[in-house]
Amino acid sequence: MEYLTLFIGAVVVNNFVLTKFLGLCIFFGVSKNLSASAGMGMAVTAVMTLSSMLAWLVYNFVLLPLGLTFMSTAVFVLLIASFVQLLEMIIKKQAPALYNMWGIYLLLIATNCIVLAVPLGMAEGGLSFLMTIVYAVGSGLGFALAIILMASCREKLRLADVPKALDGLGIAFILAGMLALAFLGFSGMI
Amino acid sequence: MKNLWLTFKKGLVEENPIFVLALSLCPALAVTASVITSLTMGLSVMFVISMNNVVVSLSRKIVNPKVRVPVYITSIATIVTVVQLVLQAFAPGLYKALGIYLALIVVFAIILARAEVFASKNKVIPSFVDGLGMGAGFCLALILIGCIRELFGNGSLMGIPIIGDWYDPALIFILPAGGFILIGYMVAAWKMWTNHQEKKKAERGEA
Repeated sequence: MEYLTLFIGAVVVNNFVLTKFLGLCIFFGVSKNLSASAGMGMAVTAVMTLSSMLAWLVYNFVLLPLGLTFMSTAVFVLLIASFVQLLEMIIKKQAPALYNMWGIYLLLIATNCIVLAVPLGMAEGGLSFLMTIVYAVGSGLGFALAIILMASCREKLRLADVPKALDGLGIAFILAGMLALAFLGFSGMI
Repeated sequence: MKNLWLTFKKGLVEENPIFVLALSLCPALAVTASVITSLTMGLSVMFVISMNNVVVSLSRKIVNPKVRVPVYITSIATIVTVVQLVLQAFAPGLYKALGIYLALIVVFAIILARAEVFASKNKVIPSFVDGLGMGAGFCLALILIGCIRELFGNGSLMGIPIIGDWYDPALIFILPAGGFILIGYMVAAWKMWTNHQEKKKAERGEA
């Protein structure tokens, strides 16, 4: 039950994009196209899960025993950036087809607030290993859900006649506001 | 001197990090529900970006271009940790209010972008000024958003009640949804204003 609450909380109630404003750069940058958005959502979920597992190990077996928790920000950033680089190299070598599909997204994710936020939240909340995985998967799926919804709306918007000044980023923000308003309905759930 | 001023001014309006470049949007929404948190965040970013520009500019001839990005990240993370520790010691309330977003300064695209685009190619003083200008533009945008959200959403500025009791605060401005919508309109307004300025300049040029 505890796990289910954490999962649903991460997917809809505390949606990373629409209530915590994380990962907005990718959210607005990639959501012009539906298939790219779906790919990005999956890539973020995968990277987030793997890197937060790694971060949990480092945090609980290195930083905590040595009393170095004040360095966690710097350690997590470097850990994630190098891990993503490594992942990119492995995928490029082992699965070129997959690399052609997802390769460009991996670099965008390497230093992004949404991936860093899960390890930081994990460290702050003192989550267990299993809880961390559930939290990371939930947050990733929440991101995927938001970006896919957004991309579907923006694809429809392409045919609409938007005022010139609002065109592009302006209308995208207002659209995100509407989505956030809709997600507000979930807030009483937990 | 004039060049330095131009470098500074560029970050304020023409290349405003938030309204024009649309970089580092997370904090622009997350911490702007009140003016005081916006101001703290803006100043922290201004400090980090100009200090990091100095470090990058000083080390630009020593660092091998192949490893430059990890070097930038390490430098940014160190400066951010300093800011975190200072705020934690002297303003624990603000530190708590900013929460996770303070640590997330590390991954702000704008800081890495200025290091890569400007500081890695220029001397120390212009790099410092560029960082200050970009930081000031960022700070300005944050304060602007913070003022509007706090005034309409809470009827106060910096925690001091401004409008009277008769005003029923529009809660939506404090909520995430209101933040998104407000920024949408502000981006549009910024675009209209800069377009207008350019048109005026062009007319004067012709006349």
